[in-house]
Amino acid sequence: MENEMTNDKKVIVFQLKDEEYAVSVQQVGSIERMQPITRVPQTADFVKGVINLRGVVTPIIDLRARFGIEASEMSESTRIIIVYLDDMEVGLIVDAANDVIDIPEDAIEPAPEVVGTVDADYIDGVAKLDNRLLILLNLPKVLSKEEINELKTVEG
Amino acid sequence: MDTSQYLDVFIDESTEHVEDLYNYLLELEKNPTETNLIEEIFRAAHTLKGMSATMGFQDVANLTHKLENVFDGIRYERIKIDATIMDVIFQAVDNLNAMIEDIAAGGDGKGDVSTIVANLEKIENGEVVTKENDAAATVEGTVETDTTTSNLDEFELSILEESRDRGFHNYEVTVQLREDCLLKGARVFMVFEVLEKLGEVIKSTPPVTDLEEENFDYSFTVLFVSQSSKEEIQKSIEKVSEIEHVTINLFSVEAYKQQLIDQEEQSSVLTFEEKKEKTEDKSDKAPKAKSKKPTSKTIRVNIERLDILMNLFEELVIDRGRLEQIASELNNNDLQETVERMTRVSGDLQNIILTMRMVPIDQVFNRFPRMIRQLARDLQKEVDIEIIGAETELDRTVIDEIGDPLVHLIRNAIDHGIETPDVRKQKGKPTQGTIKLQAYHSGNHVFIEISDDGAGINKEKVLKKALENGVITESTANNLTNQQIYELIMESGFSTADSVSDISGRGVGLDVVKNTIESLGGNITINAEENQGSIFSVQLPLTLSIMSVLLVELSDETYAIPLSSIIETAIIQKSQIMHAHNKKVIDFRGNIVPLTFLNEVFETEQTIADQDYISVVIVRKGDKMTALVVDSFIGQQEVVLKSLGNYLSNTFAISGATILGDGQVALIIDSNVLVK
Repeated sequence: MENEMTNDKKVIVFQLKDEEYAVSVQQVGSIERMQPITRVPQTADFVKGVINLRGVVTPIIDLRARFGIEASEMSESTRIIIVYLDDMEVGLIVDAANDVIDIPEDAIEPAPEVVGTVDADYIDGVAKLDNRLLILLNLPKVLSKEEINELKTVEG
Repeated sequence: MDTSQYLDVFIDESTEHVEDLYNYLLELEKNPTETNLIEEIFRAAHTLKGMSATMGFQDVANLTHKLENVFDGIRYERIKIDATIMDVIFQAVDNLNAMIEDIAAGGDGKGDVSTIVANLEKIENGEVVTKENDAAATVEGTVETDTTTSNLDEFELSILEESRDRGFHNYEVTVQLREDCLLKGARVFMVFEVLEKLGEVIKSTPPVTDLEEENFDYSFTVLFVSQSSKEEIQKSIEKVSEIEHVTINLFSVEAYKQQLIDQEEQSSVLTFEEKKEKTEDKSDKAPKAKSKKPTSKTIRVNIERLDILMNLFEELVIDRGRLEQIASELNNNDLQETVERMTRVSGDLQNIILTMRMVPIDQVFNRFPRMIRQLARDLQKEVDIEIIGAETELDRTVIDEIGDPLVHLIRNAIDHGIETPDVRKQKGKPTQGTIKLQAYHSGNHVFIEISDDGAGINKEKVLKKALENGVITESTANNLTNQQIYELIMESGFSTADSVSDISGRGVGLDVVKNTIESLGGNITINAEENQGSIFSVQLPLTLSIMSVLLVELSDETYAIPLSSIIETAIIQKSQIMHAHNKKVIDFRGNIVPLTFLNEVFETEQTIADQDYISVVIVRKGDKMTALVVDSFIGQQEVVLKSLGNYLSNTFAISGATILGDGQVALIIDSNVLVK
């Protein structure tokens, strides 16, 4: 009965380097194992290419590259999280997808501002749970088309 | 009765009937004496009436009922067709169309049809439909000054003649009441009172009883005999309040009789012809009826089911590719034979499915005549339309998308292309302009050409405007070919119309048209001759979803090039590459063709450097060619075109992707952008 009163947010937690990120389950379609990716030329470097997801050609983004984290080898735990946003369907490569948890609404705080860092506008906020710190992603910003388009005009 | 299960059928069929009505009416406008057409219209209206009444759409039924009555009158020659009547009928069908669209959109199909029904009733009773109460009055330049009242009987005529001989004046008085007039009956009474003081009312349209019961719109016409002058009558009537205006014309009995005789002559010729036709009809009625409607057995299939069938077949094509690959790897004779057989069968299946989805472009074209008619009237231009190749078939998805761009192009042609009759006369052209719509197949493409014999395109004006709007720069302006200049009008941020009219030039320009057509995998070219006219030529692929491609290899990646744009493949010696102005070109059958190295465009690893021979694919766009350098050819394959998804829309030189037999994604090259 408690659940009805408190507004919980169900999220999928995944790992990039040594930090934990979260996206709302509503936005996630499925979690896939790594599979061969067809490179698409003349796109931003974080766009890894496209995969055949059960007959649907789906673009794939490397989240490490997107967030400016150094690349790493693909491993057994590497996953592709398929997310839906408006009319877009995009796969995100992450180091590992750990679990699904409920975050109480009041545990979410705005992203801390640190002097001297670039404002990362793709972060919606952070949630502190016990001794874990989850970074909530703002998907529309992560998938904003502006950056791919910018790159294209330079190259094209 | 629960009729909801029949709703889909009702909507389908009534849409068809309304389309038919439009077509027949347009025909009828050209040949008003064609009795077959009148029969067809009558039948269509009758069927519609029956269906809508059964389904409980009372307004539709009412309107069609009146329409049917009018055509019944026309059929038995009680009513003569003229432009005014045609306008009312067109308006009625427009209303019908709107109501049926409303039903299709889930509405209740109700509409205010009282005005139009009243007008139809008037026609039915052989009375005058006055322009003023035509709700959607179209622009009619001249006010009709000749007599409009018709159907006077002998007695009325003799009175008129007599009174004229005795020095009275015969007038036709049309009174228009204000639309906010509340007591129409009372006003009519007052007008009649005034008139009766000045003379005698011979006849009124609508009849007096209708007028008393307020059974009319806002205007009525009376034939009036008086000794007073026109001005006097006008002043007296205008003293009655809530009257919009009064029109008084002299009514000439001679003119009326002449008109009657003319009509009679016409109808006697008509009846003669008709008799002839009827006798012919009887003699060979059976074969004629057969030849008129080639009946092939058809069933209606929901388009969704066809789409599902198409999707399933696409899956099958992917699996077929996979099977082919496995068979060639295993090298088992039996397996290979079976797979080959399956490939043939599924190829046939594919053809059938594709043709099932093909619909004649007539579906798009048939709405244009009426649109052009309306537009031409609004703009006070005279425009004729000529349609060639309406039976040309195109995939339904293309048909759905192509309508709006074509509407745009036609509007453009009427608004900016065709000149006003005066201007055309000055230029020594017939006052009536012609718009020609032509569709035809050629190879894997369908071409649609829209040509007009209007003003063409003024190159200087286009260049000036392009420079003003910053579409091009001074330096590039001088190097453009005519064609390139014409194509400037399709750049975004460009509009040549001096004045922005209601029809086109509302800011959304031809760039939208160009984008839509390109997104369909087609392209558009413009040709024009000043004062001779212009031709907009649209090239479209026959189908969107399945295509033949040549698979090629670039380092370890596989790409697909649509066969439709390929002229030839060749393997050439490295020594054959020539240099022209810093560009690598080859001599291909006497043409100098520039080389495009796909590994540079797509940033793959260079592997050509250490080979003596290079493989090229010659592709074309219009009459220009380019040789695409690839690492090796893999072969031809039927593939299913898939989009890259919205996230990667407009990727340079890639028009989509496909899934190969091994489940891998291969990108499809858009060779059009690689041809410069």
